Amino acid sequence: MSSKLNILVPVKRVIDFAIKPRINKAGTGIEKAGVKFSINPFCDIAVEEAVRIREADKSLVDKIHAVSIGPTKSQDILRQCMAKGADSSTLVDVGEEEIEPLSVAKILKQVAEKNNSNLIILGKQAIDDDSNNTGQMLAGLLNWPQATNAAKVEVSGDEVLVTREIDGGEETVKAKLPMIITTDLRLNEPRYTTLPNMMKAKKKPLEKLKLKDFDVDVTKRLEVLKVEEPPVREAGIKVSNVDELVSKLKDLKAI
Amino acid sequence: MFRPITRSIVTGALRAQRLASTLAFVEAQGSQITSASLSSLNAAKQLGNPVVAILAGSNVKAAAAELNKVSGLEKVLVAEHAKLDHSLPEYLSPLFTKLIKEGDYSHFVTPATAVGKNVLPRVGALLDVQPVSDIIKVEDAQTFKRPIYAGNAIVTVKSTDPKILVSARSSAFEPVELTASESYAVEEVAVSVEDSPVEWVSENLVKSERPELSSAKKVVAGGRGLKNKENFDQLIFPLADSIGAGVGATRAAVDAGFVDNSLQVGQTGKVVAPDLYIAVGVSGAIQHLAGMKDSKTIVAINKDEEAAIFNVADVGLVGDLFEVVPELTEKIKA
Repeated sequence: MSSKLNILVPVKRVIDFAIKPRINKAGTGIEKAGVKFSINPFCDIAVEEAVRIREADKSLVDKIHAVSIGPTKSQDILRQCMAKGADSSTLVDVGEEEIEPLSVAKILKQVAEKNNSNLIILGKQAIDDDSNNTGQMLAGLLNWPQATNAAKVEVSGDEVLVTREIDGGEETVKAKLPMIITTDLRLNEPRYTTLPNMMKAKKKPLEKLKLKDFDVDVTKRLEVLKVEEPPVREAGIKVSNVDELVSKLKDLKAI
Repeated sequence: MFRPITRSIVTGALRAQRLASTLAFVEAQGSQITSASLSSLNAAKQLGNPVVAILAGSNVKAAAAELNKVSGLEKVLVAEHAKLDHSLPEYLSPLFTKLIKEGDYSHFVTPATAVGKNVLPRVGALLDVQPVSDIIKVEDAQTFKRPIYAGNAIVTVKSTDPKILVSARSSAFEPVELTASESYAVEEVAVSVEDSPVEWVSENLVKSERPELSSAKKVVAGGRGLKNKENFDQLIFPLADSIGAGVGATRAAVDAGFVDNSLQVGQTGKVVAPDLYIAVGVSGAIQHLAGMKDSKTIVAINKDEEAAIFNVADVGLVGDLFEVVPELTEKIKA
């Protein structure tokens, strides 16, 4: 393995962050037909970070490879990743089936091994299942160090310094490659794709694989019994001035 | 002639009863058990099995003694090792994995804090278990409710794994009370550390005299409407202090540099459910609501009467926050 960075960026296609999801009539999931999908915002940040690491020092990075596990349409977001700077990509087409983080991590492990990846950058969580699992699981399976919720990444040689967002502020950890990083919101601001780059991305390699190409059992460990609306808050009142607000708060024993 | 068989059945039943425990990871700051851990201990107790608490770090005996104030635990384990300081998952996960494998625990519970979220999935991978993240309700020992899509849907899931790993959202479980006077057996856990190419370098914690955001009974949060850091400092902090509240912020306010990241409330920040949440200059984006809509009483102050925050507010005041907030602060103090 060369000492250069061989970055793998797993990305997920999710319902656009600005859309309020609707629960299906059967109460078994979220309505997906006719809904706008986009790249998971944290994955977008992961792609951006990989590209910025290369832009900071071209000699550092050998390759940036994007991978997505999802329906056929996930190739749209892979093209986007390549328009932003990924060199190549893999789509693991699993149809409409939702795959749990543990299985995703197992598939990613095999993709990482095949690609000789030594740095994997993922989003900290997908905004649909909100699990915040995959990066940590992948690190566990590979027995690599992990730096989650990254706010700052500095690569020097085979050492990576990561500033992480934690509950009371920040902490900095240092690890040696190979390692896993998951991105927090403030790591960077992702760029937009330009039309010329989008055209170029169409020529970049997109490998299409199926679940059966992997030796992974994706049987669900968590059985979904029900999906329901959260409790609806009762309509509140509007007050017209501060005095009313204060007396209302006193009535409610809130102050 | 039936005796041997009967006996083996009895011992079998006793064994099962005695061995099925829940292992609960407890975070401490010095001798203090964190509020989030007290909440996850409550979640752990709701699982029905005896609860074994585990503390990890180089100096956790004082915190172990503090656990005597929690009623109904089985015992306390301490894993004392300097490598376990700073809760690096590379060192904590092999320890927890070994304990869970060898100790016949039915469940493992962590708080859904930065540390819990960092460690639990790694343990899951090592045990080949899919954890249930950020639970808000225990239905039974296998079945849990958790929010998805930024809290816009609640999913009920049943775990089919032989060992069940969960992280508990602290705002959804009352902290266990520290009123008992037990004397739990404190057992030392042998820690064998395999070196990992990772090290903790430094931390930069936000110092504040105000109540900690996640456990504060009252929270005053500011958004983009504050316009700049000076306004945030001059308006939000005095209002918070007048009612003894913690301070929170929206992503916009954090991104604009009004306050530190760690004060962000929302899907990707802290999730809070205080008795009183006062949102000032906050529009009420889905991602922000995800972090505060379970608050008991929500107050919104915003000049835009169409702002989404008014849809969840119990009491709303449409007005200019630069006039309303100082007046409110004065009148509360009076």
